[in-house]
Amino acid sequence: MAWSREEMAARAAKELQDGFYVNLGIGIPTLVSNFIPHGMSVQLQSENGMMGMGPFPYEGEEDPDLINAGKQTVTELPTTSYFSSADSFAMIRGGHIDLSILGAMQVAQNGDLANWMIPGKMVKGMGGAMDLVAGVKKVVVVMEHEAKGESKLLKACTLPLTGAGVVDMVVTDLGVFSIDRNGKEPMRLLELAPSVTLDEITSKTEADFVSAL
Amino acid sequence: MSKVYTDAKAALAGVLKDGMTIMAGGFGLCGVAETLVEAIREAGVKDLTVISNNAGVDGIHLGKLLETRQIKKMISSYVGENKLFAQQYLSGELELEFNPQGTLAERIRAGGAGIPAFFTATGVGTLVSEGKEIREFPNDPHFKGRKYVMETGLWADVALVHAWKGDAEGNLVYRKTARNFNPMMATAATVTIAEVEHLFPAGEIDPDHIHTPGIYVKRLVHVPNAAKRIENRTTRPHPAPQH
Repeated sequence: MAWSREEMAARAAKELQDGFYVNLGIGIPTLVSNFIPHGMSVQLQSENGMMGMGPFPYEGEEDPDLINAGKQTVTELPTTSYFSSADSFAMIRGGHIDLSILGAMQVAQNGDLANWMIPGKMVKGMGGAMDLVAGVKKVVVVMEHEAKGESKLLKACTLPLTGAGVVDMVVTDLGVFSIDRNGKEPMRLLELAPSVTLDEITSKTEADFVSAL
Repeated sequence: MSKVYTDAKAALAGVLKDGMTIMAGGFGLCGVAETLVEAIREAGVKDLTVISNNAGVDGIHLGKLLETRQIKKMISSYVGENKLFAQQYLSGELELEFNPQGTLAERIRAGGAGIPAFFTATGVGTLVSEGKEIREFPNDPHFKGRKYVMETGLWADVALVHAWKGDAEGNLVYRKTARNFNPMMATAATVTIAEVEHLFPAGEIDPDHIHTPGIYVKRLVHVPNAAKRIENRTTRPHPAPQH
């Protein structure tokens, strides 16, 4: 059976390490915060200017001055700090954030990522995604393996890129792949979701990969 | 010479003209100078270039300047929550320049610090870097091995910022994530105008706590009843009482 959204988030959470500073994107990546192992210190960064992001507030305790990058009300923790957008992206672009987990429309076998625009449709903007993939030490994409029956793991992205050669790992509902962003090694299949076969994932993956199961 | 003006209209007097460039602080509707933007709507200046991370939402903040078609061009990183924006953009009425959010923040910071251009890895190999100078720094032990794109500093005629506290000297303190783009924008305009929720005489804010020194702020207006809006109200239930 393919992984659910929660199971994909739980798998991505295995990439967390004690002491990590992490930025989580909107959607399935946000769920990763529910799977931080007990006793592990992980600080979540919100690119609008906060490190040490807490859970949603109790009803009635929302503060309009305290939101995350998805404009949702959040809370602070004993570890929290606030800073300007320039300081926030200095953290991101300066390589100080350990891990970025984000969604994607397409990922290519060379680590290219497309997740911000579809030509001909209204474009909402890239927000902080281009900065995150260019600056964060490790980039993990969590996404559905296919969209409308088409593979999202490709030989080359057809949509405009968010970053070139920036993805280190892809977690889909069918399995886990690693990518060498320097292009020296082929993309590797590391894990399969329960009862997903190598044949099935191969038939649903346009990108070239080698099995490292 | 007092920096404190009686209201937003007075604070904007003499600095507005058609075709000008305005920076507007805020992230979403958090930390936005909504009172000053409302006064710009009333003043009716048009053909504005507005530099702001987002474009407000329909009928609120910059959304109001879209209703009156006062904005000619936006420089932003994300404009998701605005139907009127999409409509004006797709019909060609509104020009739009997308910047990666960190590039936008740094362009403003650079502009305010007198830096005309800088190089960053963000956007290399994407539409953002097309037509721009690309450089490598092979002799630098830290920066070698990657490509970098040149981005330019930004400067505006007027910056509109929102702060939690301000004093008569123009020193500002922001609150929580309402800080966002406000501190950089305060440094990068010919005339920076701040609206403050709490106004104090000089000397009452601890100098060690000031985020924006008053040198950057030319005009101040007190907005004790500023609307503070929540775009996405997310909560968790209270824990069940313990017995």
